[in-house]
Amino acid sequence: MSSLTPVIVQAENLTKHYGKQCVVNNISFQIIKGEFCGILGPNGAGKTTTLKMLVGNTPASAGMLSVLGFPIPQQARAMRSRIGVVPQSDNLDLDFTVKENLHVYGRYFGLKRAEVERRIAELLAFVALEEKTDSCIKQLSGGMKRRLSIARALINRPELLILDEPTTGLDPQIRQNIWQLLRQLQKDGLTIILTTHYMDEAERLCGRIILMDRGRILADSTPEELVRERIEPHVLEVFGTGVSAWKNANPLTGPIRCEQVGETCFYYGADLSELVQTLDGWPGLRYGYRPANLEDVFLKLTGRELRDA
Amino acid sequence: MPKFPLRWLAVWSRNALAWRKSIKTALLGGLAEPLFNLFALGYGLGSFIGRVDGISYVAFLTAGMISVSAMNAATFEGLYLAYTRMAVANTWDGMMASPLNVSDVVMGELLWMATKSLISSSLILLVASSFGLIASWQVLWVLPVAFLSGLCFGSMALVVTSYAQGYDFFVYYISLGVTPMIMLGGVFFPTAALPDIVRQSSGCLPLYHVVELVRPLVAGRFDWPLLPHLLVPLAYALVSTLFAIWRFKRRLLR
Repeated sequence: MSSLTPVIVQAENLTKHYGKQCVVNNISFQIIKGEFCGILGPNGAGKTTTLKMLVGNTPASAGMLSVLGFPIPQQARAMRSRIGVVPQSDNLDLDFTVKENLHVYGRYFGLKRAEVERRIAELLAFVALEEKTDSCIKQLSGGMKRRLSIARALINRPELLILDEPTTGLDPQIRQNIWQLLRQLQKDGLTIILTTHYMDEAERLCGRIILMDRGRILADSTPEELVRERIEPHVLEVFGTGVSAWKNANPLTGPIRCEQVGETCFYYGADLSELVQTLDGWPGLRYGYRPANLEDVFLKLTGRELRDA
Repeated sequence: MPKFPLRWLAVWSRNALAWRKSIKTALLGGLAEPLFNLFALGYGLGSFIGRVDGISYVAFLTAGMISVSAMNAATFEGLYLAYTRMAVANTWDGMMASPLNVSDVVMGELLWMATKSLISSSLILLVASSFGLIASWQVLWVLPVAFLSGLCFGSMALVVTSYAQGYDFFVYYISLGVTPMIMLGGVFFPTAALPDIVRQSSGCLPLYHVVELVRPLVAGRFDWPLLPHLLVPLAYALVSTLFAIWRFKRRLLR
């Protein structure tokens, strides 16, 4: 990484305690201009707290943080005038029209009316909501609201866009549409940080993944590298009644790892074709044999137990 | 980045726009309620009472109503609507993702609450003047007092809101704070009728002093000796505002 590339986020030994509970535990990372960085992790990993610290809405208990060169939280106000934030749940003003929402938000940034007016036209074209300019928020679909939230976060022409689970709860078509918008923004040079627990989202969008669990960073690299280095190349999933009987009838040979979750067995290894062949005699079982992906890495590194906290 | 008064005004104008969206119902409520109160209580009940402290009961009551409505407008805004924007609609989260911070949000909200008090008192003045109860232009001195009461009662309400985990919580403040202030603050009858201990406790609360200020002003009597009464709502406003900002910082920047 060239020393001339501007550093957008610099976090060193960042820690956050709530009482005795340590939510973010001594994490360090750097995000440079133009990166599309995904922060992944199960519930309670510390993702949202990390974002909250980034925007200066909660002080770190220890460590050093700077965003766009501003020390945070000391100069959070100046920093926030140059970033955009898309919250996890839409907090658009329901009583206002699409246009009024953007106007009001522009005022929070101290933007001039004429400037906002121009920007609104651009943004509504970008998120394809031109025809909804004067519609009330209540009349918008979930996907339209999400797009408007993104447009709103761009009102001040930010240098960094932060999105907290931008596609949670949206249907597949809308997710594709949101991804398209985000890719376009990155192409235009915007630095983007998003949290997600959709692995396909992270794999498709992010050039860089920070995988967190229990307040720590478990991995930090590109999705391809994670899949190449952190997990066996292939996965075989076998499920259905009788899976245990089949498993016992076919003891493992060679470097193959197996995890059983209820009626499903997951096998990880370089070559599982021998194992696949044994399935021929078991018509009651269904299976999938595929290359490993980010989700497999995620489950391997964070474990399979439920995180409801 | 917006400069300091603009930051507060950005929040103020967001609330003003939301209010303008429902201006018809807001104005109807603001006019109809005092109209019926003054007519029924002022003239109806007043016909049994006659004169109070040297003025007609309806005139006596008008001053009380103006003070109460200034208090109620700011209190309602500071409890229910501010809580909705903070915890239900997450409007404040949106503001705090911009260059605005907690104190900008609180100050903008507070300015808006004082504006609501101003609007609501003006509407009653309008009704009262249509009844021929307003003697002179001196009555306009009531408006800055209404604005100050808005800051006072609005900031007190925000302190309550800063502790609230739901709307039910506000019943405590309304039953144990707002209602006693209205009943014992000289709104419906002079506090001289109350036992000493009650009268003295009522004198510690801001509404009594607002009423004491507004009553002579409505009658068109502007007197310098009234000024010390300003100090009580002013002191409540200052202390509650600082306390509310401190509380919301603790609550929201966790």
